[in-house]
Amino acid sequence: MTAHGTPRNHDHAHRWPEISFQDRMDTVRFDVHERAHIVVDGSKCEGCSTQHCVVACPANLFVPTSDGGIVFNYEQCFECGTCYLVCNVEGAITWTYPDGGHGVVFRRT
Amino acid sequence: MDDRSLTTTDCDVVVVGAGPAGTCAAIVLARAGLDVVLLERGPFPGSKNMYGGVVYPRILDELIPSWWEEAPVQRWVTRRSTMVLTPDQALTVDFRSQRWGAPPYNGATAYRPDFDHWLAAHAEAAGAQLVCSTTVTGLLRDAGGRVVGVRTDRPDGDLRTRLVIACDGVNSFLAKEAGLYPPVDAANYTLGVKETLALPKDVIDERFGVRGREGVDIEILGGTGGVNGGGFVYTNLDTVAVGAVLKLPKLAAQRRRPEEIIAGLKSHPAIAPLVEGAEVKEYSAHLIPEAGLSMMPRLAGDGMLVAGDAAAMCLAAGIWLEGVNFAMASGMYAGRAAVEALRAGDLSTAGLAGYERRLSSTFVLRDHRKLRRAPSLVLSDRVQHVYPELITSVVERMFRVDNPAPKPGLRRIVRDETKRLGVRTRDLVRDGIDGLRSFG
Repeated sequence: MTAHGTPRNHDHAHRWPEISFQDRMDTVRFDVHERAHIVVDGSKCEGCSTQHCVVACPANLFVPTSDGGIVFNYEQCFECGTCYLVCNVEGAITWTYPDGGHGVVFRRT
Repeated sequence: MDDRSLTTTDCDVVVVGAGPAGTCAAIVLARAGLDVVLLERGPFPGSKNMYGGVVYPRILDELIPSWWEEAPVQRWVTRRSTMVLTPDQALTVDFRSQRWGAPPYNGATAYRPDFDHWLAAHAEAAGAQLVCSTTVTGLLRDAGGRVVGVRTDRPDGDLRTRLVIACDGVNSFLAKEAGLYPPVDAANYTLGVKETLALPKDVIDERFGVRGREGVDIEILGGTGGVNGGGFVYTNLDTVAVGAVLKLPKLAAQRRRPEEIIAGLKSHPAIAPLVEGAEVKEYSAHLIPEAGLSMMPRLAGDGMLVAGDAAAMCLAAGIWLEGVNFAMASGMYAGRAAVEALRAGDLSTAGLAGYERRLSSTFVLRDHRKLRRAPSLVLSDRVQHVYPELITSVVERMFRVDNPAPKPGLRRIVRDETKRLGVRTRDLVRDGIDGLRSFG
């Protein structure tokens, strides 16, 4: 670290490298359960033109496929609820909480 | 479901969720000598909980006198800044009070896994039975629809009880299952995303101009990449929390990823020097019930009360952004109303009316009623996308020395800038009146 608050250059966007998304998610503890607590019916996503889940999920768990569907992975889920709220397709997302004791665990100091 | 008689119960009250609302309800009930089970789906209270970073704990005076001597506080907020950002401008109103660094304090930064865990220990000490790692999967109801217990994901996991207090958070599937919620609208919710950034304590002290346990709370309007919402920067002892609160439909429509919006805030010239060189210690996200009074469910049903985020008690009113205090208070008043109803033997909706009566006579619903227009005003397109530039451009022209041109008067500047930005006077007046009605 250099002198605090001393601008090193004027390109503020590149003062330090942004971490990769996987490194970002690796800072979070997940005690993954074998049961997927959220199930996405990818076939229902094929006709969806907005795919809001892809943009809004803070854990970036919704990945569009070349055939217009969605691939979803539940393992690094914050359990926030954003996906089912922004979803436009009835029945595409079946959302429950993980089994007790599992899922995201935010850190104590 | 087993076939025990409906009069047989496992406990007096089941409280679902050991966050600030559920825990405060459990403290009140257990201290009144009632048999309380406090269920938490995480491995420990607070493990699922995340917020921006500031709690206003004065309501705890009623439950834990001298709470400040033991609460796991990071820093006491003695500097409070409100920042208006455009891509290359920032206007900051910065208030400092050393009085807020001594009892009874005002706001405190704290980590929720620490704070909620600490608070829940008080419920246990009072005699409540805390059961973690247990997810409630639904309500048990009798033929008349009255709530008589909960189903959990434990083997033989049905719990029969006289009263359920649902403090199961922003998604509250229990309040929805009980039919207490109006139809859910994504526009009533914001997504909070945050990076907890590690920096040495002395670096934070120097960059933010604080000493010892003094802390800083910066609330930001603008800088969220065209998505309606706001930003924040909070100091902990040796981390800085930087994040954004983003209105869900706008986030989806703008095609901006949440982490890109945080990156945009961190690279703003007014923020970058504060967080430069810091490493991400934890990334986190949570939903916020943003719309206040207009989205609240009915707060009581037969055999059931709803409190905290589950009842949309969060206050998102621009200059006031509070939630944990509303959760703690609503839980406490739910507990008191429950004690009263249990003693009277009437756990019907009518018998539980003491809950809403208590909320209505205290800050919980009085603040929400007074500020009922504030959430939509604060998140409106004009406040979000037009006024920040209007404000900063007016200030820029006031401070700009345009010699040899003489100084223009303030009225002239405002007239010029409102015209340049296409702001109609009647909108400005209407928003001003709305603002005065809320904040005045």
